[in-house]
Amino acid sequence: MTFSFEVPLLILLILTAAGAILVKDLVPAVFILGSYSFFLALVWACLGAVDVAFVEAVVGAGLATVFFLLTLFRTAQKDTRLYPSSYRGAALIGLPLLGFLILYAANDLPKFGDPASPASVHVSPVYLENSLHDTRTPNVVTSVLMDYRALDTLIETVVIFTAGIACALLLGRSRE
Amino acid sequence: MKFFFLFVLIALAVLILVYLYRVVQGPTIYDRVLGLNGISTKAIILLVLIGTVYERVDMFVDISTGYALLNLVGALAIAKFLEQRGSV
Repeated sequence: MTFSFEVPLLILLILTAAGAILVKDLVPAVFILGSYSFFLALVWACLGAVDVAFVEAVVGAGLATVFFLLTLFRTAQKDTRLYPSSYRGAALIGLPLLGFLILYAANDLPKFGDPASPASVHVSPVYLENSLHDTRTPNVVTSVLMDYRALDTLIETVVIFTAGIACALLLGRSRE
Repeated sequence: MKFFFLFVLIALAVLILVYLYRVVQGPTIYDRVLGLNGISTKAIILLVLIGTVYERVDMFVDISTGYALLNLVGALAIAKFLEQRGSV
């Protein structure tokens, strides 16, 4: 049932990804990339990874589109590639081989939603059984992110904050 | 009933293709913004329908509401840039 609806979405994904690469003008490419991340978010929602879908919709379709447009308005809008066609043959042979290799490796992965897979046997039962008692939070994702891995989240926030400050310093300097 | 919802899902996915044509082909940037907006409205309905198929509508309604709000903000941001820049 999941599979039958995923197929048109995946076809749309491939179409939009190819369109974003092939379009010569960069402003349409940005918009096609925005629709690509809409479809990616829908695929995530189909698979049940709702938080990932939400982040993809916010960052991919919203923020990234605006940032790309901002960059394009300050720079050139035409696609000027450094090496146009010399690597095309190698890409046509190499990328399908790489895809085949990845598909071959994906055969060994546990099935989707398998309760006996290593990821759902090792630590996640501990979190699922104890999180309400330990943290008094009904949402397990929140309790893992903000409680069990609070230090990790704090340092991630510090990293992002530092990057933001560095960007603000660099960009604010050129305005003077 | 599930088949009906699946049919609607696939019909909406086909409808998105029409908007996608406008995004890819659209002569001006405004056509592309409108096409992207249309795609995102279909995506909101698709999210609610996916929730109906999975029988978790309450959660997916929240998500699609957030999606709609963010889409409004994104469209406003693009419109603001276009206004500042003039026609592209």
